[in-house]
Amino acid sequence: MFLPKSASGLLKGALAVAFLGAGSLTAQAETTINAVMNAPLRALDPAISTAYILRNYGYMIYDTLLARDEAGKVQPQMASWTVSDDGKTYTFTLRDGLKWHDGTPVTAADCVASIARWDQVDKTGQVMASLMETMQAVDEKTFTLTFKEPTGIALLALSKPSGIPPFMMQKKVAETPVSTPITSTIGSGPFKFDASAYQPGVKAVFLKNEDYVPRSEPSSGMAGGKVVKVDKVVWTTMPDPMTAMNAMMSGEIDFIEQAPHDLLPLVEGNPDFKLQTFAKQGSQNLVRLNWTQPPFDNLKYREAALEALGQQSMLSAQVGNGKDASTTCAAVFGCSGPYATDYKADDIIKPHPEKSKELLKEAGYDGSPIMLMQATDLASLAPQGPVIAQQLRDGGFKVDVVAMDWASVVARRSSKAPVAEGGWNIFSTTNVLPDVGDPVGFIGTAAGGDSAWFGWPNVPKIEELRAAFARASDTETQVKIAKEIDQLAIDNVVMIPMGEFANINVVSSKLSGMPEAEAPVFWNVTKSE
Amino acid sequence: MSSDTPAPEPQSQTLSLPEMEGGGASGLRAVLGGILSSWSARISAAVLLIIVLMSVFAPLVTSHDPIQLDPAIRLQPPSAAHLLGTDSYGRDMFARIVYGSRISLLVGAGTVIVALLFGMIIGVLTGYFRWVDAVLMRVMDGLMAIPGVLLAIALVAISGGTLVTVLVAIAVPEIPRVARMVRGVIMGVRNEPYVEAASVLGTGMWPMVWRHMLPNTVAPLIVQGTYIFAAAIMTESILSFLGAGIPPEIPSWGNMMADGRLYFLLKPELIFFPGVMVSLTVLSVNMLGDVLRDRLDPRMAKRL
Amino acid sequence: MLSFIIKRILSAIPVLFMVAILVFLVLRLAPGDPAVMIAGPNATPDQLQQLRESMGLTRPLLEQLIIWLTNMAHGDMGTSLISGKPATELIMDRFGPTLALSLSTVVLAIVVAIPLGVVAAWQRGKVLDRLVMGLSVLGFSVPVFIIGYVLILVFARILGWFPVQGYQPLSNGFVPFAQRLVLPSVALSFPYIALIARIVRTNVIEVMNEDYIRTARAKGLKESAVLMGHALGNAAVPIITIIGVSIAMLIGGVVVTESVFNIPGLGRLVLESVLARDYTVIQAVILLFSAIYVVINLVVDLLYGVFDPRIRY
Repeated sequence: MFLPKSASGLLKGALAVAFLGAGSLTAQAETTINAVMNAPLRALDPAISTAYILRNYGYMIYDTLLARDEAGKVQPQMASWTVSDDGKTYTFTLRDGLKWHDGTPVTAADCVASIARWDQVDKTGQVMASLMETMQAVDEKTFTLTFKEPTGIALLALSKPSGIPPFMMQKKVAETPVSTPITSTIGSGPFKFDASAYQPGVKAVFLKNEDYVPRSEPSSGMAGGKVVKVDKVVWTTMPDPMTAMNAMMSGEIDFIEQAPHDLLPLVEGNPDFKLQTFAKQGSQNLVRLNWTQPPFDNLKYREAALEALGQQSMLSAQVGNGKDASTTCAAVFGCSGPYATDYKADDIIKPHPEKSKELLKEAGYDGSPIMLMQATDLASLAPQGPVIAQQLRDGGFKVDVVAMDWASVVARRSSKAPVAEGGWNIFSTTNVLPDVGDPVGFIGTAAGGDSAWFGWPNVPKIEELRAAFARASDTETQVKIAKEIDQLAIDNVVMIPMGEFANINVVSSKLSGMPEAEAPVFWNVTKSE
Repeated sequence: MSSDTPAPEPQSQTLSLPEMEGGGASGLRAVLGGILSSWSARISAAVLLIIVLMSVFAPLVTSHDPIQLDPAIRLQPPSAAHLLGTDSYGRDMFARIVYGSRISLLVGAGTVIVALLFGMIIGVLTGYFRWVDAVLMRVMDGLMAIPGVLLAIALVAISGGTLVTVLVAIAVPEIPRVARMVRGVIMGVRNEPYVEAASVLGTGMWPMVWRHMLPNTVAPLIVQGTYIFAAAIMTESILSFLGAGIPPEIPSWGNMMADGRLYFLLKPELIFFPGVMVSLTVLSVNMLGDVLRDRLDPRMAKRL
Repeated sequence: MLSFIIKRILSAIPVLFMVAILVFLVLRLAPGDPAVMIAGPNATPDQLQQLRESMGLTRPLLEQLIIWLTNMAHGDMGTSLISGKPATELIMDRFGPTLALSLSTVVLAIVVAIPLGVVAAWQRGKVLDRLVMGLSVLGFSVPVFIIGYVLILVFARILGWFPVQGYQPLSNGFVPFAQRLVLPSVALSFPYIALIARIVRTNVIEVMNEDYIRTARAKGLKESAVLMGHALGNAAVPIITIIGVSIAMLIGGVVVTESVFNIPGLGRLVLESVLARDYTVIQAVILLFSAIYVVINLVVDLLYGVFDPRIRY
């Protein structure tokens, strides 16, 4: 052959197209996206945990009935819907061509079973279930949800993009009790799971689902056509972010879901890489106080903590100084969402050690230490503990920082016992903005005492308002209710918002087209040579 | 097969036991005096002395608080205000290095004390009583077979990182080796004529152990102790590096390296400064250990 | 001879049994709840309790121990609490990289350390000896992750000779396999080289003072022949011993090295399992490592007969 290598490749490609059609181009040059996600994939049940890696996994192999587009508007995905005139009955009709990865068709019965499993575990799902009268399959492709009163919750819930999204599974799988993790990897989504290549905690491989029929609309957010433009997506675990950045720079990987902000200078200005930030994938820091144990069973102490804490220090420690990657704001439901408020902004955003000391004095603080749990093994959480401890100390508290890995925080925070018996006083974490901006589902503001999230705040009025929000069908009422919840949450110190920071993807310049969505998804993404 | 004779000890573990004459302690002072005649020993001793002084007089050496953080001045290069710059929380690196020496020395010394104490008790018991030997040495064999770092990681990560857990986790895997050595010495001298004579004269167990047996263990224990000291400082840095070490709030060199891990390509000094300190300390202790070993017991040179 | 071998093999069984009990107790008595890990942050107490029951965590400790030991005796190492896969399968998945890394490290260490040690012994007290000995102490004293990072910085990032990280199985071709093993093996071998070189040196020096070596010298044998043929051969026993005993040290280094170079081996499996409280997997891997240690030292004992003509059973 006298042709240079690349030209001969082109020729082969052209011949292949000519003889076999475009489909076999991929066989000639297989494209693979190598990605490092935020956490290793170890379990395979997306309904059992709000771990974001499971949500991301779900979006690869499963599909959803509805989806939100870039603007946040609910759109049909697997199914379209109609609402009865009384606003109580929603009828969903599955579109044509939907098939499970084993080749069997998706039926209405599958969807009903999937919703029934999901609405036990998800906070929004639970609210929907409580308002629902019946759910039944009408025929192979149609099913209905009937509610006790007119509500918009069905669309909100079934298009829920994060936390635990309602993924559709086969009926036999969906009938597994929620206490038993499923092991099936059969979905109907745009990628198929390569079970033979799966190494828990190390590697997960997703192959293009050749039989997937995408919608005809263009991709937008989670909605629109999920057209897969690569052959394979490989998720590799790299526990050391430095290693991941090195691998990125050597071209061994194409995508890092969460790059530590301090490492970004390594790739900034390099044309081979781009930094990609989706507003919807940002996170909110939050500090949680334990209402069931002294001293934070007393409002005065909670107020003192709120005054002592400020947002900028924590954000700086997480994402660096002077970067536009972080925002301070007082809003409980997100700085830029529809429910943002400035209520008590100064108290929340800036540290006020003197006010804190005053409040402690009024409360008669005896100097007994409060116990702060610090998670040390997650990059975004590790800096929170030291900063909180410092500010509380400046504010007159005596603080014991107990460092542990996230697994131990998760275990210990469920204890309502006194500190000496394995309990706790304070911990902090982050939530992604789509979860934060959902007043019904957001765990940070639920305040039903024992039924609330860890810390167990008990403010009955908030629970009433959350229920009212779920029933409200117009946006104006919802905004009004959300702001009331915000005020109550701050006044009672149900949670302390600690500012928001962006999640930055480092992406190879070869990749383009990733949808601006609530989670990193790999349909619509192309990889050039 | 005769079942009444115990299986022979694994050769690897009884190899070249030191056989010291009685009264090892009396010659010790002379030996220690002679040690400083070597240059490497002098330098090592000087380095260690500086580190010890630094840890004792830390508040005089630096006016900064090693824990006080200020993210507004994070990751600054060395300056007059911050001699070695600041870390990712805006803490003073120099102050953390200085106070970090306290932790390293504490971990080293604590591990040595725990390991030697328990090793000696177990060694004496097993060397003296056959029936204890059968039981305890099986436990020691089991413990010795578990890779120390893995055991320590599991212990610390699961029961929570406090200074005490880390100390115990580092010390426990060292105990079997000390116990074996002490046991070997005791068994070795048990049949020596002067011990047998004392036994015939009716000397009780504890005076016997105290007067005739333990002195023989002093020299090898000192040598072993220095190596355990060095290994403990190293293991602490490894555990902290893996995120299973001393609470991050405590300024230890290992924690500093764990914090600096992320910035290796951007600011290698964050990992480099504490890395040098660990290496320097471990190096000095090892050097001293080598000299001690050569002086105290040339035959032990075989062991390590 | 045969009865010694059998006795020696039998004596390894109670050790393994003891390891099993120690590991189980250490892990179970520590706080932490795998059910919470699986159930995720928003699980309700009821869901947690259900999960704990289905995982067998609510049974009495002794019962769990007995069940576990019985299963182990049948070769069943349990099922991962997190991924639901059998622990044996997870271990098999991760065994290759660790084996490759350990073997290449040991081979590299022996190949480098023996000549170093012999040279140092030969040049005893001279500059070369002091240099080798000084470097060997340094090899002990620099944490392995520091060495690893420096190697990455120099040879992978600046010079670009090797990939930064990762592992390729041998089945994907020898070159990618070897390329990715070089840096981690070099990093991991530092303390090992230091250790072996020192042992070689002291033993060769010692043997060289023995009468038969003096005789050999007196007979006019070349210095190199004396060193390689006689002295080294007779120093083989302590050298083999130290290789066996320091397997424990190697394993500790493997955990760190796998983490720095992102090698999906057993060391990382342990670290991941510890963070996730995946008890069955932690137990299985630690037990496996301990078994390897016991077996290697067993082999070492049995090898004495081969290498030391003075030892007869």
